[in-house]
Amino acid sequence: MFGERERPLMPAQFALRVAILSGFALVMFSIIFFRLWYLQVLSGDKYLKQAKNNQVREITVRAPRGEILDRQGHVLVDNRTALALQLDPTRLPRSHRRRAQEFARLGQVIGMSPDQISKQLHEQTKELPANPVTLRRDVAYDLVYYLRENQAAYPGVDVQRVYVRNYPDGSLGAQIFGYVREVTENQLKEPRYQGLIPGDQVGQSGVENTYDNVLRGTNGLTRVQVDAAGQPTGGVLSETQAKAGDNLLLSIDAPVQQAGEAALNSFSTPGAFVAMNVQDGEILGLGSSPTFDPSIFTKPVISPSTYRQLTSQTTGAPLTDRAIQGLYPTGSTFKPITAMAALESGVMTPSTTIVDGGSFTEGGITLHNAGGGAYGALQLPQALQVSSDVFFYNVGAMLSREGNDAQQKWAADLGIGHPTGIDLPGEVAGLLPTPAWRNKLYKQAQSPDSPGGTSIVPGDPTDRPWTEGDNVNLAIGQGDLQADPLQMAVAYASIANGGDVVRPHVGLEVQDPRGGVVQEINPGPQRHLDINPQYRQAILDGIHMAAQSAGGTSYQVFGNFPIPMAGKTGTAQRPGQADQSWYVALAPYPNPQIVVAATIEQGGFGVEAAAPVARQILDAYYNTHKQAAKSAGGKVPSQGSIQAGPAAGAAGNPY
Amino acid sequence: MVSDAYPRPFDERRQAGLERGGVLGLDPLLLGAALGLIGFSLFTLKAVTGGDVPHDPYFYVVRQAIYGVLGVALMLAIARVDYSRFRELRVGLYTAMMGSIILVLLLGQATRGSRRWIELPFFTFQPSELGKVLLITALAGFAIDRGRRVNERQQTARLMLMGFVPALIVFLQPDLGTAVTYVVITLAILFVVGVRWTHFALLGALLAVAVTAVLAIAPAVGHPVLKGYQQERLTSFLNPSSDPRDATYQIDQSLIAIGSGGKVGRGADSTQTENGFVPDRTTDFIFSVVGERFGFVGAAFVLSLYALLIWRALRIMTLSKNLYGSLIAGAIAAMFMCQVLVNIGVAIGIMPVTGIPLPLMSFGGSSVVVTLMAVGLLQSIYVQARLTSKSRADLLR
Repeated sequence: MFGERERPLMPAQFALRVAILSGFALVMFSIIFFRLWYLQVLSGDKYLKQAKNNQVREITVRAPRGEILDRQGHVLVDNRTALALQLDPTRLPRSHRRRAQEFARLGQVIGMSPDQISKQLHEQTKELPANPVTLRRDVAYDLVYYLRENQAAYPGVDVQRVYVRNYPDGSLGAQIFGYVREVTENQLKEPRYQGLIPGDQVGQSGVENTYDNVLRGTNGLTRVQVDAAGQPTGGVLSETQAKAGDNLLLSIDAPVQQAGEAALNSFSTPGAFVAMNVQDGEILGLGSSPTFDPSIFTKPVISPSTYRQLTSQTTGAPLTDRAIQGLYPTGSTFKPITAMAALESGVMTPSTTIVDGGSFTEGGITLHNAGGGAYGALQLPQALQVSSDVFFYNVGAMLSREGNDAQQKWAADLGIGHPTGIDLPGEVAGLLPTPAWRNKLYKQAQSPDSPGGTSIVPGDPTDRPWTEGDNVNLAIGQGDLQADPLQMAVAYASIANGGDVVRPHVGLEVQDPRGGVVQEINPGPQRHLDINPQYRQAILDGIHMAAQSAGGTSYQVFGNFPIPMAGKTGTAQRPGQADQSWYVALAPYPNPQIVVAATIEQGGFGVEAAAPVARQILDAYYNTHKQAAKSAGGKVPSQGSIQAGPAAGAAGNPY
Repeated sequence: MVSDAYPRPFDERRQAGLERGGVLGLDPLLLGAALGLIGFSLFTLKAVTGGDVPHDPYFYVVRQAIYGVLGVALMLAIARVDYSRFRELRVGLYTAMMGSIILVLLLGQATRGSRRWIELPFFTFQPSELGKVLLITALAGFAIDRGRRVNERQQTARLMLMGFVPALIVFLQPDLGTAVTYVVITLAILFVVGVRWTHFALLGALLAVAVTAVLAIAPAVGHPVLKGYQQERLTSFLNPSSDPRDATYQIDQSLIAIGSGGKVGRGADSTQTENGFVPDRTTDFIFSVVGERFGFVGAAFVLSLYALLIWRALRIMTLSKNLYGSLIAGAIAAMFMCQVLVNIGVAIGIMPVTGIPLPLMSFGGSSVVVTLMAVGLLQSIYVQARLTSKSRADLLR
């Protein structure tokens, strides 16, 4: 029995307290029960939807870009896979403190500052907040292993295989291909980039840019079931395959391109070349020196110093494609254009004789032949052969007096002074000086509203109105003329093919990834000029003699060339630097198939630098063709474009 | 000697309540509720952890079953013992409890972190869990010792101190959830033993001040009492949007899990608890698993088992042959209520995130065994009351 001390409570009070405790339990169970009722029975559908959304992640599967091939199918640009270090914003810690700690840790191992990481994260997630952010490409394997082993310390850090452009031939064709970078915020607003998402790669220059819609391909989308850590749990809900971009076959002939670039590289000064099919404007080779390594652009970040190195004047601005962006006087290579203008406008005929007495006086200024000397009585072909300046000064003066601007009209019609429409971005117009142009500028300079007031700056192109002297200068490719090698190639091609002003193009064919032809690129000529075949013949004869007859200006370079051809030297004077060497070649003579235009800044006489460049390009062109013909028929070609010229035997050349 | 029996006003109903006697004279409803919960725990664990341990789909189930068998054995053993004897051991029990939780605290300090377990050869043991039943049996004994002076302020203060000091030690381990349980146990014993309402009012005011101090004032003056994550958990409940990844994230995911279960549950199609969106799905958030897998039907079933358990505890409190038994039963009922309310409350988003196991459902040896020991105490009270009423009935006959 328990003693008296066991009964302290008033039973009524005990009952009350038990009742209170029971009441508390009742309230508790009621709250839980009704809360469950609300969550599960009343809001069940809403939560079920949330649960289903919770587990789906859309993964963009990026399509590899199409390959870029040369006209023989040789791969110029393809893709390789690289390991890219990415951040998945949805899996990063939400707390600012922890995120900062992770960035600090990550920054140390990948060599970026936490601020840089935050900046990249911010910039790359502006449009699509959940998209992975690429911090580095081509990360080393030991870093990948380290991050995998320490995954818990780096939530949201992923290593993904991504496609990166690969250039098997190094810098070959860099100017033509251009480069690929992530699409910019502004580009995303343009109609041509509709449907792209941040992080997609688009061509930013060269054919990568022009033919971006062809090369790009279509991203795939995989919707997968994931767990809370974002890891796939195995269920693929839906999948659209990534579609690789189409391949782009270029008209470029890799051996020609190689020869051209090698020839340019043998000079220490900048230069450029174009090799083009005379008939249809297919570019066989196009290069500019100095050039660059396009694989620089496969890195996600380009340092300011690298960028300066690519664009600075002191390094020759390797990103500049001088073949389509050079602004040069062309020197005597302009003379055939002048001749065409003079013949077609009727100020002279192929047999008009002009006596080269060694000098020409105009407006009180006496001009001499470039090499000094006098060539005596000359008709057009001979004048072209020896490149008589005095002859063409006179032609220029005649055109000025009687030609009614024929000089400018024909130069413009042949493609000088405006873009040729080549399928490469960034082509410049150049400048074809006309009386209207100079007079207008002069008028502007005289007006009190101009920056210098009414005073005129001597030496400035606006310092005086147009005179006959301007036309005399233009006749030999000097003065205010600014043209690039591509324009000269188009002008020569138009003369050589009988008047079709071709539209140059490097794209030849679009092929699907299996090699089937999707589209042929054949833009057709820009326009047709009616050219008197006799005049064409006179000009071609003249420059054929210039190249391959004794006494011709480039005979020392092309005299022993096995194929009959034609070519014109040019030595352009540029203020403040040594003469610029020019050469434009047409081969074979008399029905040219290929035109080669080359220029070397500060290269001296045309025959010294540019002509050897053209020679090496033509060598390569005929070498390939001979081999192609050999493998095709086992027979050395005996007709058509490859005719053994008269000099072949004499020089003992293997052609 | 009717006057000795306690409590008299319920005698008739008490008699009726004791008429039912199951196996070994145990309370069959209480036994059924406990076994039902253990069974449902195994069922739930099997469903959710089948793929957790490679090549061993029964890893969790087997362990939980072993804990259950061990716990049921202890329960049966305790049920056969007259709980009144524990009263004489109160000093020893209290010392054992204090000793073990202080030991854990010291070991924890040695490793400079949170530590709640002691490594034993067979399993890791959590002394603060066992401390719950030790505290109940000891504190109830001390309460009766001073029963005659129960209305004295000094007496209330002493009991409070004896309960709150271990609570503080557990809190420092740090284990906020168990510390809260200790406080609830202490308050329940004070409540049942009959402490004056005015004292409770004072106590309430004191607690309010303490909570304010810990949550708001201490961090403001630069001496935070709560660890960062604890503070974050508690305050994030008050400001749901402040830190979505951690505390609110857990509540959100748990709500989605339970809500998406709907009326009958998603079964094997469950994703919230299956794919790791809900944390601690075998322990603190096991109710979310029940909610998602088995829906309202399953959750209500579990809830009704707890209602049964707690009803029996409260009933046994009134059946007890003496005040000591009533105090123990009341404290156990309050402990169960606290754990169920806080654990399920967190899962359904009406309580701040506090790590507290759901009795008999959550995976974990210490919790299961200790809960079953508590059920054993209730059974012992029931058995003793039954024996007493039987012998009295025999005498009267």
